[in-house]
Amino acid sequence: MNRYPLWTYVIIGCALVLGFIYTLPNFYGEAPAVQVSSIKATVKVDSALLGRVEEALKAANIVPQGTFLDPNSVKVRLADTDTQLKAKDVLSQSLNPDRENPSYVVALNLLSSSPNWLTAIHALPMYLGLDLRGGVHFTLQVDMKAALTKRLENLTGDIRTELRDKNLRHSGISREANTILVKFRDAETRAKARKVVEDNQPDLSFSDQDLGPEEFRLAATIKPEAVKRTQESALKQNITTLQNRVNELGVSEPIIQQQGADRVVVQLPGVQDTAKAKEILGRTATLEIRMVDEENSNPTALLAAQQGQVPFGDELYIDRSGAPLLVKKQVVLTGDRLTDAQPGFDGQTREPAVNVTLDGPGARIFKDVTRENVGKRMAILLIEKGKGEVVTAPVIRTEIGGGRVQISGRMSTSEATDTALLLRAGSLAAPMEIIEERTVGPSLGADNIRKGFHSTLWGFTAIAVFMSVYYVVFGFISVLALSSNLLLLVAILSLLQATLTLPGIAAIALTLGMAIDANVLINERIREELRNGASPQAAIHAGYERAFGTILDSNVTTLIAGLALLIFGSGPIRGFAVVHCLGILTSIFSSVVISRAVVNLTYGSRRRLEKLAIGNTSWK
Amino acid sequence: MEFFKIRKDIPFMRHALVFNVISLITFLLAVFFLATRGLHYSIEFTGGTVIELAYEHPAEIQKVRATLEKAGYADTSVQNFGSSRDVLIRMPLKAGQSSADLSKKVMDTLSAEDKSVQLRRVEFVGPQVGRELAENGAMALLVVCLGIMAYLAMRFEWRFAVAAIVANLHDVVIILGFFALFQWEFSLPVLAAVLAVLGYSVNESVVIADRVRENFRKMRKASVTQIIDNAITSTISRTIITHGSTQAMVLSMLLFGGAALHYFALALTIGIMFGIYSSVLVMAPIVKWLGVSREQFIRPPKKEKQEAVV
Repeated sequence: MNRYPLWTYVIIGCALVLGFIYTLPNFYGEAPAVQVSSIKATVKVDSALLGRVEEALKAANIVPQGTFLDPNSVKVRLADTDTQLKAKDVLSQSLNPDRENPSYVVALNLLSSSPNWLTAIHALPMYLGLDLRGGVHFTLQVDMKAALTKRLENLTGDIRTELRDKNLRHSGISREANTILVKFRDAETRAKARKVVEDNQPDLSFSDQDLGPEEFRLAATIKPEAVKRTQESALKQNITTLQNRVNELGVSEPIIQQQGADRVVVQLPGVQDTAKAKEILGRTATLEIRMVDEENSNPTALLAAQQGQVPFGDELYIDRSGAPLLVKKQVVLTGDRLTDAQPGFDGQTREPAVNVTLDGPGARIFKDVTRENVGKRMAILLIEKGKGEVVTAPVIRTEIGGGRVQISGRMSTSEATDTALLLRAGSLAAPMEIIEERTVGPSLGADNIRKGFHSTLWGFTAIAVFMSVYYVVFGFISVLALSSNLLLLVAILSLLQATLTLPGIAAIALTLGMAIDANVLINERIREELRNGASPQAAIHAGYERAFGTILDSNVTTLIAGLALLIFGSGPIRGFAVVHCLGILTSIFSSVVISRAVVNLTYGSRRRLEKLAIGNTSWK
Repeated sequence: MEFFKIRKDIPFMRHALVFNVISLITFLLAVFFLATRGLHYSIEFTGGTVIELAYEHPAEIQKVRATLEKAGYADTSVQNFGSSRDVLIRMPLKAGQSSADLSKKVMDTLSAEDKSVQLRRVEFVGPQVGRELAENGAMALLVVCLGIMAYLAMRFEWRFAVAAIVANLHDVVIILGFFALFQWEFSLPVLAAVLAVLGYSVNESVVIADRVRENFRKMRKASVTQIIDNAITSTISRTIITHGSTQAMVLSMLLFGGAALHYFALALTIGIMFGIYSSVLVMAPIVKWLGVSREQFIRPPKKEKQEAVV
């Protein structure tokens, strides 16, 4: 009765072999590598690039230990970290001849040193979390209110342009909270205007407001579904922007993803210079072009403004030379319209400058505005974290067409490079704020791995020794089952590429400590049956049968707790819960099925079994 | 080898009242400490910044503290973390201060004083995140309780479900009581440990409930007290060995896991120790007092049903 059919042994054998194969990559460790990936959509990563990489390395006398091509990148495995740094420099020089306009990201990375056949069957080492490999984790909250305000500003500008195009005279457009108000002198113009804007602005709903003779207002509010769409697209745009910025940083495996309705998670593993990363990500710069309020640019008005009396519709800024400046709140152009920004030099003054290229509609608006405002000043503002700074406020000399704008004004060369990078990396649709940050230095990560490994190892050893002494052969079989549990758990974690964190390692240890419960239950039951006079074979059978119900019940209750942690937990808790839940599943299999199989193989075929080596069961 | 050769059932139930008074007192003490001292929440819940630094030589805490105070960082706590070379700085949330600036400024201030200082870890949590984490934690606790109760009620009987949850919540409150009494830091991993303990010590109750059910079917003539006593006695060996094994693992974590796993392992240690006690000596009496009886486990014969109809 203690025999499994052959297919059960085959399944168990397969599970263990697969478990072994997928656990294997974890033993090989990682080798330093350089990863080349493309920044531009037009530049493809293909075998031609692989050839170029190999040639460049050959030319520099660097012998790679292996080159790999995957859909998104070329990876080169190298002997040590010195060669890695050298290879990185060589590759970034030869692949990006134009430093101002790079096509590729060359980043340092770690590559598993497991044999190629393992990599080919997707047997990869466990994916280590940031607390184990070092790196930066940010959670950013997108300011949705600001996204909406910005959208309303743009809509206000659109309405103004449409009315001017159709020659419909109004006596002022303003925005109050989330409503755009357009004033008219007569109802007839208002009706015409309403028709025009209603046709062009499907996102707005309009209503007429009569405030008295000569005072006809058209109120426009943004529709709820448009609000939702605005917020979604703001989030998407911010994610894209962050992706571009991270690309500029040259990180090998960045993760940038949406979390909830208004949050973005950014993980940069292996980033050493965390300050630089934070600076680039944290800078939420956008560009705004506005007109200087020329009517109020006399010294008296400026002085009054500095004492707090800012004229209506204006904002006070201090430019880089320290002079006060009154700038209109109305935005002519925002960074959305920007397609490229490059650092360069002013053709006449040889001052460092940023050359900005605008898209079609942006170029048209810019042309109109410059034509209408020749002789007036235009302010170019860099908005960072809700605070604006006037980079420059040049006088418009002629109409500027073609969408090419040069920004110069008391910048250093590195400032010009930084500004260009920030502008090029895209503008954010809405400001973001870091609401959570975890930075782990690489040495701490290595420490954490070591400590987690040691606690599991010594705990496991203690249990193994005790079980073998206390339950003799059955104890040893329990230890085998526990080892196979560990093997399967690590294999599944490697296969799923679930992120392993320090709490995850703790969960592995805890799961092992709890999994032994099942074998203790079984062994105790077998002893009890023997004491009650059952034959050895019957005792084994009854022991496993009776203990199973209890094992199932207790594992289900533990699993309920694990699942709740998985659903409601975040950050470190989730890392714990994933491993915990998987561990419970593997432990049922190993402690019941695998240990039974070993017991069956050992004892099942013996007809005349007198005694079981499960420790002394006679109480005399 | 065998540790437990217990031939006669131990009359646990005879002393049930004593045990219940003991657990009531520990429970009330835990509640008292929770109420008066409160939990020392980590920045994950309160929001704030934690910076971990490593010096090449034993760090001078006083000097670090003085340097930071001079630089205008009030309300910071500076202490050793793990070894004498590692320093942990905790800073409360400050309006208008972004994390990016803060950790950089602190590092600049400190490295001006001592070049050997190295940044090991920065953790910043904004106020909204902290509140959510606390809410989610409470939610998880509730779901775990309801889920386990529903499962036990389905598999056994509602009396076991209620008794098991009471016994195990009593563990949770006692763990929290310890954290309040010693003002140990209550962080997210500790919360995970508490919930894991909840799931784990229900195991205990399940094993005993299982035996009680089996005994009701087997020991036809025994009284309820005898049945419970027998169930506890015959599982006590397994209870102690299992807990011993798990405890060995957790102790190993406490000893080798370093500072990062310290409180996590500590919560598990307390939880496992009280788990043995509570599931054996708290749950069983409650089950009895709730009026468990043989009829609840053995389906009434059809005859009774017919009588009821007539």
